[in-house]
Order: sequence, then C-alpha cells, then structure tokens
Amino acid sequence: MKILVCISHVPDTTSKINFTENDTKFDTNGVQYVINPNDEFGLTRAMWFKEKQGASVDVVNVGGAETEPTLRKALAIGADSAIRVNTPATDGYAVAKQLAHVVNEGGYDLVIAGRESIDYNGAMVPGMLAAMANANFVTNCISLEVDGTSAKAVREIDGGKETVSTSLPLVIGGQKGLVEESDLRIPNMRGIMMARKKPLKVVEPTEVSAETKAVSFEKPAPKGAVKLVDADSIDELVNLLHNEAKVI
Amino acid sequence: MSILVYTESENGKLKKAALEVVSYAKAVADQMDTSVTAIAVNANDVETLGNYGASKILLVKDTSLEAFNAKKYAALIEAAAKQEDAKVVVLSSSADSKYLAPMLAVGLEAGYASNVVEVPSSVSPLTVKRSAFTNKAFANTEFTTDVKIVGLSNNSFGLVESEGSASVENFSPTLPESGVTVESVDKATDKVSIADAEIVVSGGRGLKGPENWGMVEELAEVLGAATACSKPVSDLGWRPHGEHVGQTGKPVASNLYIAIGISGAIQHLAGINASKVKVVINTDPEAPFFKAADYGVVGDAFEVVPKLIEKLKAFKAANA
Ligand SMILES: Cc1cc2nc3c(=O)[nH]c(=O)nc-3n(C[C@H](O)[C@H](O)[C@H](O)COP(=O)(O)OP(=O)(O)OC[C@H]3O[C@@H](n4cnc5c(N)ncnc54)[C@H](O)[C@@H]3O)c2cc1C
Ligand SMILES: Nc1ncnc2c1ncn2[C@@H]1O[C@H](COP(=O)(O)O)[C@@H](O)[C@H]1O
Repeated sequence: MKILVCISHVPDTTSKINFTENDTKFDTNGVQYVINPNDEFGLTRAMWFKEKQGASVDVVNVGGAETEPTLRKALAIGADSAIRVNTPATDGYAVAKQLAHVVNEGGYDLVIAGRESIDYNGAMVPGMLAAMANANFVTNCISLEVDGTSAKAVREIDGGKETVSTSLPLVIGGQKGLVEESDLRIPNMRGIMMARKKPLKVVEPTEVSAETKAVSFEKPAPKGAVKLVDADSIDELVNLLHNEAKVI
Repeated sequence: MSILVYTESENGKLKKAALEVVSYAKAVADQMDTSVTAIAVNANDVETLGNYGASKILLVKDTSLEAFNAKKYAALIEAAAKQEDAKVVVLSSSADSKYLAPMLAVGLEAGYASNVVEVPSSVSPLTVKRSAFTNKAFANTEFTTDVKIVGLSNNSFGLVESEGSASVENFSPTLPESGVTVESVDKATDKVSIADAEIVVSGGRGLKGPENWGMVEELAEVLGAATACSKPVSDLGWRPHGEHVGQTGKPVASNLYIAIGISGAIQHLAGINASKVKVVINTDPEAPFFKAADYGVVGDAFEVVPKLIEKLKAFKAANA
C-alpha cells in the first residue's frame, strides 16, 4: 500500500497572532511552527500501517522552503520520503489542486490528511482533494483499518459516531482517536540523523489560481474584564445571564 | 438567479441551524436583491422555512437518503444549484455540512469559505468575514469565482423571522454511487449534542472524579444544555471522548458556555472561544479562564453548582 500523509505547517496554538502590512499579512515573527496536530495523529497511524501491514509512507506539504524543518520532523518520526510543492499555500482550493497532482502522479492508495488545520481551520483541503482525485472520502475519522482494497472507518458525528465501509483509493480527514496521544512519537536522535539522509523532493507547482483570497485580517475587539459574582449571591448570576447577557 | 441554502433535518424535523442558515441567506438575498430557495431532505415541516425568508423549497423525499451521505448530498445540492442558477450557496457549520461542502465546491467549481460569522461586507466582489487561527482572529475573505459557497458558523447570526410563505416542489435528481456506506450509527438520541446546543455545560479536572458529574448533568438538564469536558477528563476516562472540547476535540460555538473546574488553558480556549457568553466557576482567582470569561464565580464548584441549580429552577418556575 502506498500512503501519502498531507502535512500542514501551522503556528503552535500558544503563538501570538499578529498581522503586519496594514493587517494584510500574518506576522511570522517569533512564531513557532509545528506539524498540524491532526496530521500528527494521521502520520502516526500511517507508521502503524507501515510496521504492521507493510506500506510505504510519503509526506507532502504545499509551501515555501520555510516548511522544510516540519517535513524533516515528519521524516524523523518515520516517513520514508518527503515532497514539497514549491508554492505558497494560498487557499484550500489551490492547495488541494497541487496535492491532487501529487496523488495522481504518485498513484497513492491511501491519503491521510487532517480534519482541519489549526491556522485557517478551513476543513477544505481533504474533501476537495478527494473529489479532484476521484477517491472516496471520510472525514472526522477516529479509526481506520484497511484490508486489501477495502477499508473500515469510524467517524465522529454530531452527538455520536458512525462506522462506515469504503474502499481504496481513499482520502481521510483524521483527528485524535486515529491513534492515542500516548502513541505519538517524539523523534529520537537516530530518527533525526536518518531523516537527514532521506529524500526531500522539491517539485514545481502546476498552474492553479486561488478561488478565495484573505484580503485583510482583524483581531476581536479586546474583551472587557470579567464580571465577578460573589459565590454567596448566585441569584445575581442568574439575573445577569437573563437580563444582561440574555442567554437564558 | 437565487440564493440556495441547504437546510438540515433529523428524523424528519428541521434543525435549529436550518432556520438560522435560512435567516442568514435571506439577509444576503436582500443585499443582492434576489430570493432564497431552500433544499431539504426528508423533512416533514419545511413550510416553516417560509417564516424565515425562503420563497421556494426543493424537497427531496427518498428513503435511501435516510442516513446522511456526503457525496450523495453534495450531488443533490449541486443539481439544485445548477437548476436554480444559484450564485451563492449557504450551508451551516455542522459536521455533515462541513463534510459535504468541499466536495460540492469542486462539483460547482465554486470558492468556499467556512466559519463565516457575519453577513457579507460587500457583494461585489463577495467578501465575508471568517474566523481563523482557532478564533484568535478573523480573515476578510474575497471570492474570485462565479459561484460561491458560504459556510455559516453556528449561532453567529441567530434566527430572524420574515413575512412570507414558501412554495414546495419535489426534487429528485439522479445521484452518483457513493463509495462510502454507513454500517452502524452509535448516537445518544435523548441528549442535546454539543454541535446543536445553545448552551454547553462543561467540567474539568477540578471536579475530582467521574462520580461528581451528577451535578453537571443536572445543571445541563435544567438549562436544556449539552454536557462537555476538558481533555484530561476524557483522557482519564471520566467522560466519553465525544464530550472532549477544545483544539483537539469538538469545537463549541454556543450562546452560553459554562466552565466548571476548568483552568482555561489556551488549547481548551481555542475550541470554545467562538461561544458568545462564557461563565467560569473556579476556586482559583488566578485561573487563566477568568481572563477569557464574561462572568465568573471564584468559589468551590461543589457549593456553587448546587446553588446555581437551585436558583435556576426557581427562575424557571417563576418564568414558566
Ligand atoms: C497539543 C495540545 C492539545 C490540547 N488540546 C486540548 C483540548 O482540545 N481541550 C482541552 O481541554 N485541553 C487540551 N489540551 C490540554 C490543556 O493544555 C490543559 O492541560 C487542559 O485543558 C487542562 O484541563 P483542566 O482545566 O480540566 O484541568 P487543570 O488544568 O487541572 O485545571 C483544573 C482547574 O479546576 C480548578 N478547581 C480545582 N478544584 C476546584 C473546585 N472544587 N471547584 C472549582 N474549581 C476547582 C483549579 O483551580 C484548576 O483551575 C491540549 C494540550 C496540548 C499540548
Ligand atoms: N499546505 C498544505 N500542504 C499539505 N497539506 C495540507 C496543506 N494545507 C492543508 N493540508 C492538509 O489538509 C488538512 C486540512 O486542512 P484545512 O483544509 O486547511 O483545514 C490538513 O490537516 C492537512 O492534512
């Protein structure tokens, strides 16, 4: 089985979010980048397939050279090779188009992406990619098993979960549950050394134009201070929620 | 040309989110000087949509579509959008809508913006405000495509009634093979789900153990709320994984979020920031949650929550 894991390179949640150039650009100054958490679960599941069932695992990112340390980290965790499509990630559609090209060229059976990325939280790329690559698609995936060309997945739905059966080629939008947190691997020295020798291929993008464009950014208005209610006058809280906040 | 809106239902009944997306679509239609067409699948009460601004309803009645199927539903909406020559398609942010929207976008060659929180600031080019960076910022997003898909963040617009009524037409386009078959569904039918809830009551590690959740459930029951929890609580097995909210769990965009014994770590807040009003109950006045909350009680949950339940019961009795 040929597996491709899509890796999105995102600011760590604890990063300060600021904008520059009149609020039109994300300020990368001092921002710590990580593998999108949903992709880390996916990558770890891919390693399980590799070790238990035999599979090759490639990772891919659409982005500039600054994302290479993130791809190297994925290699250190155990992926066999990495691909970087050399173009900035503009919108979900453009990224999905580039990925679809990689999937078609590489003949992947299974593409593991994340439910959503934590930068734009679009939840767009995996579904678009599946439709473009003519593959089946299951998102919010919390369990995945593959047997030959058939697959069984569990996905989270509002208020519960459902089990589905499907077949390869398949794209999933994965999340926590795909593997447990305790299964996540921190790259060790040997992994890091080996990652340096693994191939990281830079491919030029195909021609695509974006369908949406973030023209400017804004931050929420600063929040007023919390209104404290004395633990002995909970009446007051009920009153505020009813008359002031109007939520009950 | 009209605006097409996908209205979700469950067991034949429209969801509240369906009324919200229609209300929103009506506001956008007014800006664009056009009308709203809604599409619904197996819903029995579609006439209601007229009261929120739909003037036409395409009703799909098909027993093979009882279980949600993203690819088939996307194909239905695509066919409806083409028939109606819709230039804007509006969806909610439910798990189902977010599942089908990207496939629909490819089918319609439409741009798609999810988590939109307001009516468009401009209709030409169509520009919407969407939340990004786990609700720490907003991106004003412009569409460059002819057809546009707007995914509305839940509870961001509310319900707005309008005068009028809707005509209902049966709609039954041919559908593709889906490739994904639902084998079984495991869903609590007697509880409000976090995604649908207007109020969410959430407990953290401060509650000490699973045996103390009785009061959380009781509070939720009084409020008609869904119950949720912080990540360590589900990791410890005190509560089911489906209740875990936050960056790595479910997103919450309720009108009211009550956090009990939750410290307010940034990864927790990332998932609940979209909620309108936040209340925190915590013994530690230094807990970071107090900086993110609108109302706070510094106190022991084991004393405060029972009191709150009692006062809410009295409030409800007085306002019944
Ligand atoms: C990559 C990553 C992703 C994460 N994703 C998530 C996520 O999605 N969701 C999430 O929730 N967390 C997430 N976390 C974990 C997060 O950082 C915090 O560790 C977690 O939210 C803390 O949970 P808590 O507030 O329940 O527990 P604690 O931090 O232990 O806080 C308990 C609180 O209860 C208070 N308390 C104690 N006794 C009482 C009492 N009797 N009455 C009232 N209050 C009391 C304490 O003062 C304290 O503030 C993530 C972490 C990482 C690194
Ligand atoms: N630039 C990118 N390169 C590779 N994969 C990506 C990229 N952006 C998004 N993805 C994948 O798509 C998933 C969902 O991202 P999004 O649609 O941006 O929320 C991520 O978890 C990744 O698996």
